[in-house]
Amino acid sequence: MTGLLLGDGSFPGRVWVASGCGGTGRELSSYVDLTRLGAFVTRTITLQPRPGSTAPRIRELPGGLLHDSSEQSPGLDSFLATELPWLAQQQLPVVVSIAAREPGEYAELARRVGASPGVRGVEVNLSAPAAADDPQLRARMTNTFQLAKVLGTVRAEVPRGVPVLAKLGPGDDVVALARAAGDSGADAVVLVNAAPARAADGRSMALSGPALHPLALRAVARVREEVPALPVVAVGGIGSGTDARAFLDLGAVAVQVGTACLSDPAAAARIADALDAQPDRQSDRQPDIAPRGGR
Amino acid sequence: MTEAAPTPPHPGPLRLDAEVLAVRRTGPYRQLTLAADGLAERFRPGNVISVRVGGETSGLLARRSLWIHRVRPTGTWGGTVEVVVEPTGPGSRWLGGLGEGDVVPVVGPLGRPFALPKEPVTCVLAGHGRGTAPLVPLAERLRERGCVVHLLATADDEAHLFGALDLRRVARSVTVATGDGSVGVRGRIADALPALLDRTEADVVYGCAPRADLHALAAEAEARGAWSQTALEVPAPCGTGLCHGCPVPVVAPHGGTRVVRGCHEGPVFRGDRVRWHELVAAP
Repeated sequence: MTGLLLGDGSFPGRVWVASGCGGTGRELSSYVDLTRLGAFVTRTITLQPRPGSTAPRIRELPGGLLHDSSEQSPGLDSFLATELPWLAQQQLPVVVSIAAREPGEYAELARRVGASPGVRGVEVNLSAPAAADDPQLRARMTNTFQLAKVLGTVRAEVPRGVPVLAKLGPGDDVVALARAAGDSGADAVVLVNAAPARAADGRSMALSGPALHPLALRAVARVREEVPALPVVAVGGIGSGTDARAFLDLGAVAVQVGTACLSDPAAAARIADALDAQPDRQSDRQPDIAPRGGR
Repeated sequence: MTEAAPTPPHPGPLRLDAEVLAVRRTGPYRQLTLAADGLAERFRPGNVISVRVGGETSGLLARRSLWIHRVRPTGTWGGTVEVVVEPTGPGSRWLGGLGEGDVVPVVGPLGRPFALPKEPVTCVLAGHGRGTAPLVPLAERLRERGCVVHLLATADDEAHLFGALDLRRVARSVTVATGDGSVGVRGRIADALPALLDRTEADVVYGCAPRADLHALAAEAEARGAWSQTALEVPAPCGTGLCHGCPVPVVAPHGGTRVVRGCHEGPVFRGDRVRWHELVAAP
Protein backbone atom coordinates (compact mmCIF):
# COMPACT_ATOMS: atom_id res chain seq x y z
CA MET A 1 0.00 0.00 0.00
CA THR A 2 1.34 3.40 -0.89
CA GLY A 3 1.76 6.11 1.68
CA LEU A 4 -0.53 9.09 1.49
CA LEU A 5 0.75 12.62 1.96
CA LEU A 6 -1.47 15.45 3.08
CA GLY A 7 0.29 18.74 3.61
CA ASP A 8 3.36 17.77 5.60
CA GLY A 9 1.71 14.75 7.19
CA SER A 10 1.69 11.19 5.95
CA PHE A 11 -0.76 8.33 6.41
CA PRO A 12 -0.09 4.66 5.81
CA GLY A 13 -3.41 3.85 4.16
CA ARG A 14 -6.45 5.09 2.32
CA VAL A 15 -9.20 3.69 4.52
CA TRP A 16 -9.86 5.60 7.71
CA VAL A 17 -12.47 5.29 10.42
CA ALA A 18 -14.81 8.30 10.39
CA SER A 19 -15.46 10.55 13.35
CA GLY A 20 -17.94 9.24 15.88
CA CYS A 21 -18.02 5.69 14.53
CA GLY A 22 -15.05 4.04 16.24
CA GLY A 23 -15.85 4.60 19.91
CA THR A 24 -12.70 5.57 21.80
CA GLY A 25 -10.67 3.24 19.57
CA ARG A 26 -10.32 0.58 22.23
CA GLU A 27 -13.70 -0.97 21.42
CA LEU A 28 -12.81 -1.05 17.72
CA SER A 29 -9.57 -2.89 18.44
CA SER A 30 -11.59 -6.00 19.38
CA TYR A 31 -12.73 -6.30 15.76
CA VAL A 32 -10.14 -4.57 13.61
CA ASP A 33 -6.38 -4.83 13.43
CA LEU A 34 -5.81 -1.11 13.89
CA THR A 35 -2.61 -1.22 11.87
CA ARG A 36 -4.84 -1.93 8.82
CA LEU A 37 -6.30 1.56 9.09
CA GLY A 38 -4.97 4.63 7.34
CA ALA A 39 -6.10 6.73 10.29
CA PHE A 40 -8.53 6.84 13.18
CA VAL A 41 -10.64 9.99 13.40
CA THR A 42 -11.90 10.58 16.93
CA ARG A 43 -15.42 11.60 17.81
CA THR A 44 -15.78 15.37 17.80
CA ILE A 45 -14.14 16.93 20.83
CA THR A 46 -15.35 20.23 22.24
CA LEU A 47 -13.55 22.34 24.82
CA GLN A 48 -16.15 21.72 27.52
CA PRO A 49 -17.93 18.42 28.13
CA ARG A 50 -21.31 18.08 26.44
CA PRO A 51 -23.82 15.55 27.74
CA GLY A 52 -25.58 15.14 24.40
CA SER A 53 -29.24 14.26 24.15
CA THR A 54 -31.21 11.55 25.90
CA ALA A 55 -32.19 8.25 24.32
CA PRO A 56 -33.19 7.41 21.69
CA ARG A 57 -30.40 9.11 19.79
CA ILE A 58 -30.47 7.04 16.65
CA ARG A 59 -33.42 6.05 14.51
CA GLU A 60 -33.44 3.53 11.74
CA LEU A 61 -34.63 4.63 8.32
CA PRO A 62 -34.79 2.86 5.00
CA GLY A 63 -31.29 3.45 3.65
CA GLY A 64 -29.84 5.34 6.53
CA LEU A 65 -29.63 6.19 10.18
CA LEU A 66 -31.04 9.38 11.58
CA HIS A 67 -28.99 10.45 14.53
CA ASP A 68 -29.35 13.20 17.03
CA SER A 69 -27.30 16.24 16.22
CA SER A 70 -26.46 17.43 19.74
CA GLU A 71 -23.32 15.38 19.92
CA GLN A 72 -21.89 14.14 23.17
CA SER A 73 -18.32 15.15 23.98
CA PRO A 74 -16.13 14.25 26.94
CA GLY A 75 -14.52 17.70 26.82
CA LEU A 76 -10.91 18.37 25.90
CA ASP A 77 -9.36 17.78 29.35
CA SER A 78 -10.96 14.38 29.75
CA PHE A 79 -10.15 13.39 26.17
CA LEU A 80 -6.48 14.30 26.52
CA ALA A 81 -6.21 12.54 29.88
CA THR A 82 -8.19 9.35 29.28
CA GLU A 83 -8.66 8.65 25.55
CA LEU A 84 -5.79 10.09 23.54
CA PRO A 85 -2.93 8.41 25.44
CA TRP A 86 -4.20 4.91 24.56
CA LEU A 87 -4.79 5.87 20.93
CA ALA A 88 -1.34 7.43 20.69
CA GLN A 89 0.24 4.13 21.74
CA GLN A 90 -1.35 2.24 18.84
CA GLN A 91 0.32 1.85 15.51
CA LEU A 92 -2.10 4.10 13.68
CA PRO A 93 -2.29 7.81 12.94
CA VAL A 94 -4.79 9.65 15.13
CA VAL A 95 -6.80 12.50 13.64
CA VAL A 96 -8.68 14.50 16.27
CA SER A 97 -12.03 15.96 15.26
CA ILE A 98 -12.78 19.30 16.92
CA ALA A 99 -15.74 21.69 17.02
CA ALA A 100 -16.45 24.90 18.89
CA ARG A 101 -19.07 27.56 19.26
CA GLU A 102 -16.78 30.56 19.66
CA PRO A 103 -13.74 31.49 17.54
CA GLY A 104 -11.56 31.70 20.64
CA GLU A 105 -12.39 28.12 21.52
CA TYR A 106 -11.07 26.92 18.16
CA ALA A 107 -7.71 28.48 18.94
CA GLU A 108 -7.41 26.77 22.31
CA LEU A 109 -8.63 23.43 20.99
CA ALA A 110 -6.27 23.57 18.02
CA ARG A 111 -3.28 24.62 20.11
CA ARG A 112 -3.71 21.94 22.77
CA VAL A 113 -4.73 19.14 20.40
CA GLY A 114 -2.01 19.99 17.89
CA ALA A 115 0.67 19.94 20.58
CA SER A 116 -0.41 16.55 21.97
CA PRO A 117 1.83 13.59 21.25
CA GLY A 118 0.41 11.11 18.78
CA VAL A 119 -1.88 13.54 16.96
CA ARG A 120 -1.24 13.25 13.23
CA GLY A 121 -4.08 15.42 11.99
CA VAL A 122 -6.82 17.80 13.09
CA GLU A 123 -10.23 17.55 11.47
CA VAL A 124 -12.34 20.65 11.96
CA ASN A 125 -16.01 19.70 12.10
CA LEU A 126 -17.35 22.73 10.27
CA SER A 127 -20.77 21.41 9.50
CA ALA A 128 -21.76 20.09 12.90
CA PRO A 129 -25.40 19.41 12.20
CA ALA A 130 -26.21 21.06 15.53
CA ALA A 131 -25.37 24.31 13.79
CA ALA A 132 -28.61 24.04 11.87
CA ASP A 133 -30.51 25.23 14.93
CA ASP A 134 -28.22 28.07 15.85
CA PRO A 135 -28.41 31.02 13.43
CA GLN A 136 -25.09 32.46 14.54
CA LEU A 137 -23.33 29.16 14.27
CA ARG A 138 -25.01 28.41 10.97
CA ALA A 139 -23.79 31.69 9.58
CA ARG A 140 -20.23 30.77 10.51
CA MET A 141 -20.52 27.37 8.88
CA THR A 142 -21.97 28.66 5.64
CA ASN A 143 -20.15 31.95 5.26
CA THR A 144 -16.86 31.62 3.43
CA PHE A 145 -15.30 34.58 5.26
CA GLN A 146 -16.17 33.18 8.69
CA LEU A 147 -15.09 29.69 7.73
CA ALA A 148 -11.78 30.98 6.44
CA LYS A 149 -11.24 32.80 9.72
CA VAL A 150 -11.80 29.63 11.74
CA LEU A 151 -9.48 27.56 9.55
CA GLY A 152 -6.84 30.27 9.50
CA THR A 153 -6.90 30.28 13.30
CA VAL A 154 -6.65 26.51 13.52
CA ARG A 155 -3.88 26.30 10.92
CA ALA A 156 -1.87 28.92 12.80
CA GLU A 157 -2.13 27.02 16.08
CA VAL A 158 -1.42 23.52 14.77
CA PRO A 159 2.22 22.55 14.06
CA ARG A 160 3.19 22.43 10.38
CA GLY A 161 3.71 18.68 10.26
CA VAL A 162 0.12 18.08 11.37
CA PRO A 163 -2.38 18.51 8.54
CA VAL A 164 -5.62 20.40 9.10
CA LEU A 165 -8.68 18.91 7.45
CA ALA A 166 -11.97 20.77 7.04
CA LYS A 167 -15.08 18.60 7.20
CA LEU A 168 -17.96 20.07 5.23
CA GLY A 169 -21.61 19.21 4.71
CA PRO A 170 -23.27 18.04 1.50
CA GLY A 171 -24.94 21.39 0.70
CA ASP A 172 -24.88 23.24 -2.59
CA ASP A 173 -22.33 25.69 -1.18
CA VAL A 174 -19.72 22.94 -0.85
CA VAL A 175 -17.52 24.20 -3.70
CA ALA A 176 -17.31 27.75 -2.35
CA LEU A 177 -16.68 26.49 1.16
CA ALA A 178 -14.05 24.01 0.01
CA ARG A 179 -12.27 26.72 -1.96
CA ALA A 180 -12.30 29.02 1.06
CA ALA A 181 -11.01 26.19 3.23
CA GLY A 182 -8.11 25.50 0.90
CA ASP A 183 -7.28 29.18 0.56
CA SER A 184 -7.21 29.67 4.32
CA GLY A 185 -4.73 26.88 4.98
CA ALA A 186 -6.66 23.63 5.19
CA ASP A 187 -4.52 20.81 3.82
CA ALA A 188 -7.56 18.83 2.70
CA VAL A 189 -11.32 18.80 2.88
CA VAL A 190 -13.37 15.91 4.21
CA LEU A 191 -16.55 15.46 2.15
CA VAL A 192 -19.20 15.01 3.44
CA ASN A 193 -20.61 15.26 6.92
CA ALA A 194 -24.03 13.83 7.76
CA ALA A 195 -26.85 15.72 6.06
CA PRO A 196 -28.80 18.04 8.37
CA ALA A 197 -32.27 16.61 8.77
CA ARG A 198 -35.37 16.81 10.88
CA ALA A 199 -37.35 14.05 12.51
CA ALA A 200 -41.12 13.96 12.12
CA ASP A 201 -41.43 15.05 15.75
CA GLY A 202 -39.40 18.18 15.05
CA ARG A 203 -36.12 17.05 16.57
CA SER A 204 -32.96 18.19 14.80
CA MET A 205 -31.22 15.18 13.40
CA ALA A 206 -28.60 14.27 10.84
CA LEU A 207 -28.78 11.60 8.17
CA SER A 208 -25.95 9.22 7.45
CA GLY A 209 -25.51 5.78 5.96
CA PRO A 210 -26.04 4.48 2.42
CA ALA A 211 -28.46 7.28 1.50
CA LEU A 212 -25.61 9.75 1.92
CA HIS A 213 -23.38 8.06 -0.68
CA PRO A 214 -24.78 9.73 -3.82
CA LEU A 215 -24.84 13.13 -2.07
CA ALA A 216 -21.19 12.68 -1.14
CA LEU A 217 -20.28 11.53 -4.65
CA ARG A 218 -21.78 14.71 -6.06
CA ALA A 219 -19.95 16.93 -3.58
CA VAL A 220 -16.64 15.17 -4.17
CA ALA A 221 -17.02 15.32 -7.95
CA ARG A 222 -17.83 19.03 -7.92
CA VAL A 223 -14.97 19.95 -5.62
CA ARG A 224 -12.51 17.79 -7.56
CA GLU A 225 -13.58 19.51 -10.75
CA GLU A 226 -13.61 23.07 -9.53
CA VAL A 227 -10.81 23.02 -6.93
CA PRO A 228 -8.54 20.33 -8.38
CA ALA A 229 -5.50 21.25 -6.30
CA LEU A 230 -7.32 20.58 -3.04
CA PRO A 231 -7.01 17.01 -1.69
CA VAL A 232 -10.33 15.41 -0.79
CA VAL A 233 -10.91 12.74 1.83
CA ALA A 234 -14.30 11.23 1.05
CA VAL A 235 -16.87 9.98 3.53
CA GLY A 236 -20.56 9.13 3.29
CA GLY A 237 -22.37 5.85 2.99
CA ILE A 238 -19.38 3.65 2.25
CA GLY A 239 -20.30 0.06 2.97
CA SER A 240 -18.20 -1.86 0.46
CA GLY A 241 -14.99 -1.72 -1.52
CA THR A 242 -17.03 -0.67 -4.55
CA ASP A 243 -18.51 2.27 -2.64
CA ALA A 244 -15.01 3.34 -1.61
CA ARG A 245 -13.63 2.83 -5.11
CA ALA A 246 -16.21 5.24 -6.53
CA PHE A 247 -14.67 8.04 -4.46
CA LEU A 248 -11.10 7.10 -5.30
CA ASP A 249 -12.01 7.10 -8.99
CA LEU A 250 -13.19 10.68 -8.58
CA GLY A 251 -9.77 11.55 -7.21
CA ALA A 252 -10.32 11.33 -3.47
CA VAL A 253 -7.01 10.57 -1.73
CA ALA A 254 -8.58 8.57 1.07
CA VAL A 255 -11.97 7.45 2.33
CA GLN A 256 -13.55 7.27 5.76
CA VAL A 257 -15.89 4.51 6.85
CA GLY A 258 -18.56 5.61 9.30
CA THR A 259 -22.04 4.25 9.75
CA ALA A 260 -21.04 0.89 8.28
CA CYS A 261 -18.91 0.30 11.40
CA LEU A 262 -22.12 0.20 13.44
CA SER A 263 -23.71 -2.70 11.61
CA ASP A 264 -20.36 -4.43 11.08
CA PRO A 265 -17.63 -3.42 13.53
CA ALA A 266 -14.98 -4.82 11.19
CA ALA A 267 -16.25 -2.84 8.19
CA ALA A 268 -13.19 -0.60 7.83
CA ALA A 269 -10.76 -3.53 7.64
CA ARG A 270 -13.10 -5.40 5.30
CA ILE A 271 -13.23 -2.41 2.94
CA ALA A 272 -9.45 -1.92 3.10
CA ASP A 273 -9.03 -5.59 2.16
CA ALA A 274 -11.49 -5.22 -0.71
CA LEU A 275 -9.61 -2.20 -2.09
CA ASP A 276 -6.27 -3.96 -1.80
CA ALA A 277 -7.69 -6.91 -3.72
CA GLN A 278 -8.71 -4.72 -6.65
CA PRO A 279 -6.27 -3.65 -9.35
CA ASP A 280 -5.08 -0.08 -9.04
CA ARG A 281 -6.59 2.45 -11.35
CA GLN A 282 -5.89 6.01 -12.30
CA SER A 283 -6.80 7.27 -8.84
CA ASP A 284 -3.86 5.43 -7.31
CA ARG A 285 -1.27 7.29 -9.35
CA GLN A 286 1.12 9.57 -7.58
CA PRO A 287 -0.09 13.05 -8.71
CA ASP A 288 -3.28 12.75 -6.68
CA ILE A 289 -1.52 12.06 -3.45
CA ALA A 290 1.36 14.48 -3.80
CA PRO A 291 1.68 17.26 -1.24
CA ARG A 292 0.14 20.53 -2.30
CA GLY A 293 2.43 23.18 -3.59
CA GLY A 294 2.83 26.62 -2.08
CA ARG A 295 3.41 25.62 1.51
CA MET B 1 -21.29 -13.22 4.24
CA THR B 2 -19.74 -10.03 5.37
CA GLU B 3 -18.88 -11.05 8.91
CA ALA B 4 -17.31 -14.39 8.15
CA ALA B 5 -13.73 -13.16 8.49
CA PRO B 6 -11.83 -14.87 11.28
CA THR B 7 -12.08 -13.16 14.61
CA PRO B 8 -8.82 -11.43 15.52
CA PRO B 9 -6.88 -13.08 18.33
CA HIS B 10 -8.11 -10.70 21.03
CA PRO B 11 -9.53 -11.90 24.31
CA GLY B 12 -12.63 -9.75 23.73
CA PRO B 13 -15.96 -10.59 22.14
CA LEU B 14 -16.34 -13.04 19.27
CA ARG B 15 -17.62 -12.03 15.86
CA LEU B 16 -19.15 -14.88 13.95
CA ASP B 17 -21.87 -15.95 11.57
CA ALA B 18 -24.00 -18.13 13.81
CA GLU B 19 -26.17 -20.88 12.43
CA VAL B 20 -29.62 -21.29 13.94
CA LEU B 21 -29.67 -24.81 15.41
CA ALA B 22 -33.12 -24.81 16.95
CA VAL B 23 -36.16 -22.57 17.33
CA ARG B 24 -38.60 -23.15 20.15
CA ARG B 25 -41.92 -21.35 20.56
CA THR B 26 -42.71 -20.35 24.13
CA GLY B 27 -45.97 -18.41 24.20
CA PRO B 28 -45.34 -15.18 22.30
CA TYR B 29 -41.57 -15.74 22.39
CA ARG B 30 -39.11 -17.58 20.18
CA GLN B 31 -36.13 -19.23 21.82
CA LEU B 32 -33.25 -19.40 19.37
CA THR B 33 -30.31 -21.72 19.86
CA LEU B 34 -27.30 -20.51 17.87
CA ALA B 35 -24.01 -22.25 17.15
CA ALA B 36 -21.34 -20.15 18.84
CA ASP B 37 -18.12 -21.95 19.64
CA GLY B 38 -16.09 -20.23 22.32
CA LEU B 39 -18.88 -17.95 23.52
CA ALA B 40 -19.78 -19.96 26.62
CA GLU B 41 -16.23 -19.68 27.92
CA ARG B 42 -16.43 -15.87 27.72
CA PHE B 43 -19.97 -15.53 29.05
CA ARG B 44 -21.07 -14.07 32.35
CA PRO B 45 -24.74 -13.56 33.34
CA GLY B 46 -26.00 -10.16 32.18
CA ASN B 47 -23.99 -10.28 28.95
CA VAL B 48 -25.76 -9.81 25.62
CA ILE B 49 -25.10 -10.70 22.04
CA SER B 50 -25.54 -8.06 19.37
CA VAL B 51 -27.00 -9.33 16.13
CA ARG B 52 -27.37 -7.92 12.67
CA VAL B 53 -30.91 -8.32 11.39
CA GLY B 54 -32.60 -8.56 8.03
CA GLY B 55 -30.04 -10.56 6.09
CA GLU B 56 -27.22 -9.53 3.80
CA THR B 57 -29.17 -6.98 1.77
CA SER B 58 -30.99 -5.63 4.79
CA GLY B 59 -31.97 -1.99 5.05
CA LEU B 60 -32.01 -2.38 8.84
CA LEU B 61 -28.72 -0.71 9.70
CA ALA B 62 -28.89 -0.80 13.49
CA ARG B 63 -27.95 -3.94 15.33
CA ARG B 64 -30.13 -5.51 18.02
CA SER B 65 -28.92 -6.58 21.45
CA LEU B 66 -30.36 -9.73 23.00
CA TRP B 67 -29.97 -11.02 26.55
CA ILE B 68 -28.11 -14.28 26.71
CA HIS B 69 -30.43 -16.84 28.27
CA ARG B 70 -28.23 -19.90 28.25
CA VAL B 71 -24.84 -21.04 26.98
CA ARG B 72 -23.35 -24.49 26.48
CA PRO B 73 -19.61 -24.88 25.96
CA THR B 74 -19.90 -28.23 24.18
CA GLY B 75 -22.59 -30.39 22.68
CA THR B 76 -23.55 -32.18 19.51
CA TRP B 77 -22.94 -28.98 17.53
CA GLY B 78 -20.12 -27.56 19.63
CA GLY B 79 -20.72 -24.48 21.75
CA THR B 80 -24.14 -22.82 21.66
CA VAL B 81 -25.89 -19.70 22.91
CA GLU B 82 -29.60 -19.32 23.52
CA VAL B 83 -31.56 -16.07 23.29
CA VAL B 84 -35.21 -15.11 23.65
CA VAL B 85 -36.88 -13.02 20.96
CA GLU B 86 -40.19 -11.22 21.32
CA PRO B 87 -41.37 -10.26 17.84
CA THR B 88 -42.57 -6.67 18.19
CA GLY B 89 -40.65 -4.63 15.60
CA PRO B 90 -39.06 -5.20 12.19
CA GLY B 91 -35.81 -6.56 13.64
CA SER B 92 -37.31 -8.89 16.21
CA ARG B 93 -39.92 -10.10 13.72
CA TRP B 94 -37.12 -11.03 11.32
CA LEU B 95 -35.33 -12.85 14.13
CA GLY B 96 -38.55 -14.57 15.14
CA GLY B 97 -39.02 -15.79 11.58
CA LEU B 98 -35.64 -17.52 11.42
CA GLY B 99 -35.56 -21.27 11.06
CA GLU B 100 -33.02 -24.04 11.48
CA GLY B 101 -30.04 -23.57 9.20
CA ASP B 102 -30.44 -19.81 8.84
CA VAL B 103 -27.44 -17.67 9.71
CA VAL B 104 -27.23 -14.57 11.92
CA PRO B 105 -24.17 -12.33 12.25
CA VAL B 106 -23.38 -12.24 15.97
CA VAL B 107 -20.99 -10.27 18.14
CA GLY B 108 -20.62 -11.19 21.77
CA PRO B 109 -20.64 -11.69 24.61
CA LEU B 110 -20.85 -7.95 25.21
CA GLY B 111 -21.46 -5.57 28.07
CA ARG B 112 -20.86 -5.38 31.77
CA PRO B 113 -22.40 -8.40 33.53
CA PHE B 114 -24.21 -8.65 36.87
CA ALA B 115 -21.87 -8.15 39.80
CA LEU B 116 -21.88 -11.17 42.09
CA PRO B 117 -21.72 -10.98 45.89
CA LYS B 118 -18.55 -12.24 47.53
CA GLU B 119 -20.47 -13.75 50.44
CA PRO B 120 -23.30 -16.32 50.30
CA VAL B 121 -26.10 -13.79 50.82
CA THR B 122 -29.83 -13.71 50.12
CA CYS B 123 -30.79 -12.39 46.69
CA VAL B 124 -34.07 -11.42 45.06
CA LEU B 125 -34.22 -11.64 41.28
CA ALA B 126 -37.05 -9.75 39.58
CA GLY B 127 -37.81 -9.96 35.88
CA HIS B 128 -40.65 -8.72 33.71
CA GLY B 129 -41.64 -10.71 30.64
CA ARG B 130 -38.60 -12.02 28.80
CA GLY B 131 -36.51 -10.02 31.32
CA THR B 132 -36.29 -13.25 33.32
CA ALA B 133 -34.17 -14.75 30.51
CA PRO B 134 -30.81 -13.42 31.77
CA LEU B 135 -31.85 -14.12 35.37
CA VAL B 136 -31.81 -17.89 34.82
CA PRO B 137 -28.02 -18.20 34.36
CA LEU B 138 -27.59 -15.58 37.10
CA ALA B 139 -29.63 -17.67 39.54
CA GLU B 140 -27.54 -20.72 38.73
CA ARG B 141 -24.31 -18.79 39.27
CA LEU B 142 -25.60 -17.41 42.58
CA ARG B 143 -26.62 -20.86 43.77
CA GLU B 144 -23.14 -22.17 42.99
CA ARG B 145 -21.86 -19.51 45.36
CA GLY B 146 -24.17 -20.62 48.12
CA CYS B 147 -26.58 -17.71 47.81
CA VAL B 148 -30.29 -18.07 48.57
CA VAL B 149 -32.31 -17.00 45.53
CA HIS B 150 -35.90 -15.77 45.53
CA LEU B 151 -37.58 -15.01 42.24
CA LEU B 152 -40.22 -12.49 41.29
CA ALA B 153 -41.51 -13.13 37.77
CA THR B 154 -43.93 -10.59 36.40
CA ALA B 155 -45.58 -10.03 33.04
CA ASP B 156 -48.45 -8.17 31.47
CA ASP B 157 -50.43 -11.40 31.35
CA GLU B 158 -49.97 -15.13 31.80
CA ALA B 159 -48.84 -15.72 28.20
CA HIS B 160 -45.92 -13.34 28.63
CA LEU B 161 -44.54 -14.97 31.78
CA PHE B 162 -41.17 -16.47 30.97
CA GLY B 163 -38.72 -18.73 32.70
CA ALA B 164 -40.58 -19.20 35.99
CA LEU B 165 -40.42 -22.98 35.60
CA ASP B 166 -36.67 -22.95 34.94
CA LEU B 167 -36.16 -20.76 37.94
CA ARG B 168 -38.24 -22.95 40.22
CA ARG B 169 -35.34 -25.42 40.17
CA VAL B 170 -32.87 -22.96 41.61
CA ALA B 171 -35.04 -20.51 43.54
CA ARG B 172 -36.13 -21.06 47.12
CA SER B 173 -39.37 -19.21 46.34
CA VAL B 174 -41.09 -18.01 43.21
CA THR B 175 -43.58 -15.16 43.29
CA VAL B 176 -45.67 -14.46 40.22
CA ALA B 177 -47.50 -11.25 39.38
CA THR B 178 -49.37 -10.30 36.23
CA GLY B 179 -50.71 -6.97 35.13
CA ASP B 180 -54.15 -8.39 34.46
CA GLY B 181 -54.16 -10.72 37.45
CA SER B 182 -54.55 -13.76 35.19
CA VAL B 183 -52.03 -15.65 37.31
CA GLY B 184 -50.42 -14.85 40.64
CA VAL B 185 -51.05 -11.52 42.30
CA ARG B 186 -52.19 -8.54 40.25
CA GLY B 187 -49.55 -5.92 39.57
CA ARG B 188 -46.03 -5.24 38.46
CA ILE B 189 -42.62 -5.37 40.15
CA ALA B 190 -43.33 -2.21 42.12
CA ASP B 191 -46.46 -3.82 43.62
CA ALA B 192 -45.06 -7.24 44.52
CA LEU B 193 -41.45 -6.47 45.40
CA PRO B 194 -41.82 -4.63 48.74
CA ALA B 195 -43.47 -7.58 50.53
CA LEU B 196 -40.91 -9.97 49.06
CA LEU B 197 -38.01 -7.82 50.21
CA ASP B 198 -39.52 -7.50 53.68
CA ARG B 199 -40.08 -11.25 53.93
CA THR B 200 -36.67 -12.33 52.64
CA GLU B 201 -34.57 -9.47 54.02
CA ALA B 202 -32.57 -9.71 50.81
CA ASP B 203 -29.09 -8.20 50.66
CA VAL B 204 -28.99 -7.87 46.88
CA VAL B 205 -31.79 -7.25 44.37
CA TYR B 206 -31.26 -8.05 40.70
CA GLY B 207 -33.66 -6.87 38.01
CA CYS B 208 -34.23 -7.03 34.28
CA ALA B 209 -37.37 -5.22 33.25
CA PRO B 210 -38.65 -2.04 31.59
CA ARG B 211 -37.25 1.24 32.85
CA ALA B 212 -40.10 2.18 35.22
CA ASP B 213 -39.99 -1.23 36.91
CA LEU B 214 -36.23 -1.04 37.38
CA HIS B 215 -36.54 2.46 38.79
CA ALA B 216 -39.03 1.17 41.36
CA LEU B 217 -36.79 -1.80 42.10
CA ALA B 218 -33.77 0.41 42.70
CA ALA B 219 -35.78 2.66 45.01
CA GLU B 220 -37.19 -0.25 47.04
CA ALA B 221 -33.73 -1.75 47.40
CA GLU B 222 -32.18 1.51 48.45
CA ALA B 223 -34.93 2.15 51.00
CA ARG B 224 -33.93 -1.12 52.69
CA GLY B 225 -30.17 -0.65 52.44
CA ALA B 226 -29.86 -3.44 49.86
CA TRP B 227 -27.67 -3.36 46.76
CA SER B 228 -29.40 -3.40 43.42
CA GLN B 229 -28.15 -4.47 40.01
CA THR B 230 -30.38 -3.36 37.16
CA ALA B 231 -30.10 -4.78 33.64
CA LEU B 232 -31.23 -2.01 31.36
CA GLU B 233 -32.63 -2.37 27.89
CA VAL B 234 -31.65 0.67 25.85
CA PRO B 235 -31.68 0.28 22.05
CA ALA B 236 -28.01 -0.10 21.14
CA PRO B 237 -27.51 0.72 17.44
CA CYS B 238 -24.03 -0.80 17.32
CA GLY B 239 -23.99 -2.80 20.54
CA THR B 240 -20.21 -2.61 20.65
CA GLY B 241 -19.53 0.85 22.09
CA LEU B 242 -18.58 2.46 18.79
CA CYS B 243 -21.42 4.92 18.25
CA HIS B 244 -22.42 6.45 21.61
CA GLY B 245 -26.04 5.99 20.50
CA CYS B 246 -27.38 4.44 23.73
CA PRO B 247 -26.85 7.14 26.37
CA VAL B 248 -27.45 6.35 30.03
CA PRO B 249 -27.08 9.17 32.56
CA VAL B 250 -25.37 8.00 35.73
CA VAL B 251 -24.13 9.59 38.95
CA ALA B 252 -20.65 10.99 38.38
CA PRO B 253 -17.90 10.47 40.98
CA HIS B 254 -18.18 14.09 42.14
CA GLY B 255 -21.97 13.94 42.34
CA GLY B 256 -22.94 15.40 38.98
CA THR B 257 -24.27 13.49 36.00
CA ARG B 258 -22.14 11.62 33.53
CA VAL B 259 -23.58 10.13 30.35
CA VAL B 260 -22.22 6.70 29.53
CA ARG B 261 -22.94 4.09 26.89
CA GLY B 262 -25.64 1.61 27.87
CA CYS B 263 -24.04 -1.11 25.76
CA HIS B 264 -20.51 -0.63 27.01
CA GLU B 265 -20.58 0.67 30.58
CA GLY B 266 -23.85 -1.31 30.96
CA PRO B 267 -26.21 -2.97 30.31
CA VAL B 268 -26.07 -3.83 34.01
CA PHE B 269 -25.82 -0.83 36.32
CA ARG B 270 -25.94 -0.39 40.05
CA GLY B 271 -29.51 0.79 40.57
CA ASP B 272 -28.46 3.68 42.78
CA ARG B 273 -26.09 5.02 40.10
CA VAL B 274 -28.64 5.49 37.31
CA ARG B 275 -30.29 8.92 36.94
CA TRP B 276 -33.67 7.34 36.32
CA HIS B 277 -35.53 10.61 35.82
CA GLU B 278 -33.10 11.74 33.11
CA LEU B 279 -33.24 8.48 31.23
CA VAL B 280 -35.83 8.78 28.52
CA ALA B 281 -37.22 5.43 27.53
CA ALA B 282 -37.29 4.35 23.94
CA PRO B 283 -40.74 4.61 22.37
